[in-house]
Amino acid sequence: MVRPPVAVVALFVFWLLLSGMPVPFLVLSGLGCSIAVVLLAGRLNRVADECNPVRLVWAKLASYCPWLVKEIVLAAWDVSKRILNPRLPISPTLVEFCPSQKTDAALTIHANSITLTPGTISVEVEHGRFLVHALTEEGALSLAGSEMNRRCSELEDA
Amino acid sequence: MEILTTVLSWVFLACGAFFCLLGGIGLIRMPDFYTRMHAASVTETLGAGSLLLGLMLHAGFSLVTVKLAMIGVLIFLASPTASHALAKAALLSGLRPLLGKELSSREVPPSKR
Repeated sequence: MVRPPVAVVALFVFWLLLSGMPVPFLVLSGLGCSIAVVLLAGRLNRVADECNPVRLVWAKLASYCPWLVKEIVLAAWDVSKRILNPRLPISPTLVEFCPSQKTDAALTIHANSITLTPGTISVEVEHGRFLVHALTEEGALSLAGSEMNRRCSELEDA
Repeated sequence: MEILTTVLSWVFLACGAFFCLLGGIGLIRMPDFYTRMHAASVTETLGAGSLLLGLMLHAGFSLVTVKLAMIGVLIFLASPTASHALAKAALLSGLRPLLGKELSSREVPPSKR
């Protein structure tokens, strides 16, 4: 959970960027809304009792994003070529494998990255088990022990 | 400089339009639900990504660009979550995916659609 003052400032900046109109009424109501949201969210968290801090190595995440974009472009290009190929060279495969991440945040990032990459969709996600539908057999076989798996594990705070 | 960004933005817009169209073609050509989702993900990654990038270059340094970047972040967080929910719901409700290599060589007969 982010500290409340930080959350208020972040929400207020978000409001200002979206509004883009420096009228006193709008700025003040934005500030009021930010404070109200943080207060209400704090109450919700107390009720749910689920303070699950996201622990990630942010420096690794910064280098992970460009890498993921590159992977997405390559995979999208591959799927595009298959779509345009008159013979439609696909071999849909369901594959199960064991991701090496331990924390929820890293598992979520890994599963979302798999789905975001065209050609693979994570269907079931549990600790130690991913069920992935892949457009091609090669794509399915390259999932276990992939570079994406390694990079997602590096995101975890050791 | 002005001309360069204009040309670049049009290149990205054209690429985005092309990949959106390609995703649509794939959506029609693919044999079953799950493979169609793969085709759709081309649209929501490369298609939407290039369109947003083109629009950002078009808008230059302004609040519009910031908002476009926010839309991009939203798409890249929400679309895989939605795809995952869709695929999981389909599998849980008993829709079996077409599997195997036999699909690769021939079109699926109309009776199986």
